[in-house]
Amino acid sequence: MAWFKKPGVTTAENRKRAKNVEGLWLKCNHCREIVYRKEVERNSKVCPKCDYHFPISVQERIALLVDLGSFKEWAADIEPQDPLSFTDTRSYRERLKAQQEKTGRKDAIVIGEGTINGRRIALGVFDFGFMGGSMGSVVGEKICRVAERALALRIPLMLVTTSGGARMQEGILSLMQMAKTSAVVAQLGEARVPFICILADPTFGGVTASVAMLGDVIIAEPKALIGFAGPRVIEQTIKQQLPDAFQRAEFLMDHGMIDMIVERKHLKETLNQLLSHL
Amino acid sequence: MREYLEFEKPIREIEERLQKLISTGGSRASVQEETKKLKARLARTEVELYRKLTAWQRAQLARHPQRPGVLDYLDAMCRDFIELHGDRVFGDDQAVLGGFARFNGRSVMIIGHQKGKTLKERMQRNFGMPNPEGYRKALRLMKLAEKFSRPIITFIDTPGAYPGIGAEERGQAGAIARNLSVMSRLKVPIVSVVIGEGGSGGALALSVADRVLMLEHSIYSVISPEGCAAILWDDPSKTPDAAEALKMTAKDLLGLGVIDDVIPEPLGGAHRDPQTAVDRVAKSLTSHLAQLADSSGEELLARRAQKYRKIGTVVESVAGRK
Repeated sequence: MAWFKKPGVTTAENRKRAKNVEGLWLKCNHCREIVYRKEVERNSKVCPKCDYHFPISVQERIALLVDLGSFKEWAADIEPQDPLSFTDTRSYRERLKAQQEKTGRKDAIVIGEGTINGRRIALGVFDFGFMGGSMGSVVGEKICRVAERALALRIPLMLVTTSGGARMQEGILSLMQMAKTSAVVAQLGEARVPFICILADPTFGGVTASVAMLGDVIIAEPKALIGFAGPRVIEQTIKQQLPDAFQRAEFLMDHGMIDMIVERKHLKETLNQLLSHL
Repeated sequence: MREYLEFEKPIREIEERLQKLISTGGSRASVQEETKKLKARLARTEVELYRKLTAWQRAQLARHPQRPGVLDYLDAMCRDFIELHGDRVFGDDQAVLGGFARFNGRSVMIIGHQKGKTLKERMQRNFGMPNPEGYRKALRLMKLAEKFSRPIITFIDTPGAYPGIGAEERGQAGAIARNLSVMSRLKVPIVSVVIGEGGSGGALALSVADRVLMLEHSIYSVISPEGCAAILWDDPSKTPDAAEALKMTAKDLLGLGVIDDVIPEPLGGAHRDPQTAVDRVAKSLTSHLAQLADSSGEELLARRAQKYRKIGTVVESVAGRK
């Protein structure tokens, strides 16, 4: 490493090096400490200083939950439409195209089946990277499909949520996905098919106020932000600063809204243990 | 006293001129002639104005401070209303009211958001924005209706569920979610009427129903036009554009297959002629309840499930595009 290099000289090589160094370290979203990226990755993407659970990709999530190689995706080719011909500063169609190119996915959820220690389960995992994991017609439809398959096969359903809420660009149709998914989950309940929700950071709005809160058992990841109204909206409404831990998983736990907070590395064994009772 | 909205200014001007003219003594022929002319102009202007309302203008009518609320409909439509209170857990949320009443001689459960008319009442009722207790009270009353086989009528008029610290602490999201799920499986007819503002999840939590009706100038949306403009445009002045883009009017929703009927309003909105509005709502409710009356609980459930299952638009490409 060059210890005595003149400051202020930005060569192409310098820029490249800066980027590499940046890539080696990571700033924790929660405790703001600078942590070694490799250590975080070894630790199932959990901050070694404060236990904050970094967002992980859908693939990483699936790998963490089900037995190696057991996942089979369902209905991957269901695509969104633009029912309102919605345009704000950009058209919804353009946004969708950009997000699809970015993520290689048609919309904000992946559904399918896999096994947990050999037991067959149905699984849905939200992708926050696709328009903030927002629930429009496709997400609603796929949640219904995975629930219906779970019902037909009589296998437990698990849903991992990370979402900003309903997808505004689909207007009232996105709001109705809350009713649509809740209705299907209600039928799952009547048939006594287990439904477990795993709430990851962040889970808000229409997703919390529908499927996410309807699990027979609700698990949250440590320090995940979970709520109905976003903190900014609440702050603007009540004109007060919000308490520190407000809407964190621990806050929900204290208020009796969830069953447990489970660290990522213990998630699979916890699910396995739960399933043995359901 | 009539309250005028910003876009009703042309009407206000003509009406003020009329008032002045009449108060200056109206026996002279020239004055009478002028009065007649102004009245004709007023009628023309009104028809013209209300015929082509923008979505944002409709939103303002939907929120009009003098617009009839659930209590106005209840008083005029039903007899023997007996209000029931409390969620049996935490409190009695006055943003939601409910109880048994007699409609067309039959016992029904009426539940609705009430925004309040005076400032004091508005504050008591939290401007029609329920806390979790409100949804829990509604749920309790709906289950009571099911227990005694009474149809449920809900009146929707809310800016949305209240975003507050206490609301989050007491499980706002879970309360709404439970209503959605339980309402989808109640074995009695449910008819909802959006009479003003259908604000997002806070409205949906009382309107998972066999039939959803909307008054002509009501709105029903996933987010308020102001909220949408702030988030997507980052510019509050784009509120009218957001209102248009969200497709939140009764006609839009009928077109999207989300609601079942639009109830026409008197010229200028329900508040201009509340009796007519009440009569039309009562007539529509009567007809929809009659259509549902012969169905068994199981039939209702099957049809309701199918109805909600179909909402949304997706494309599924045929195999080979993978």
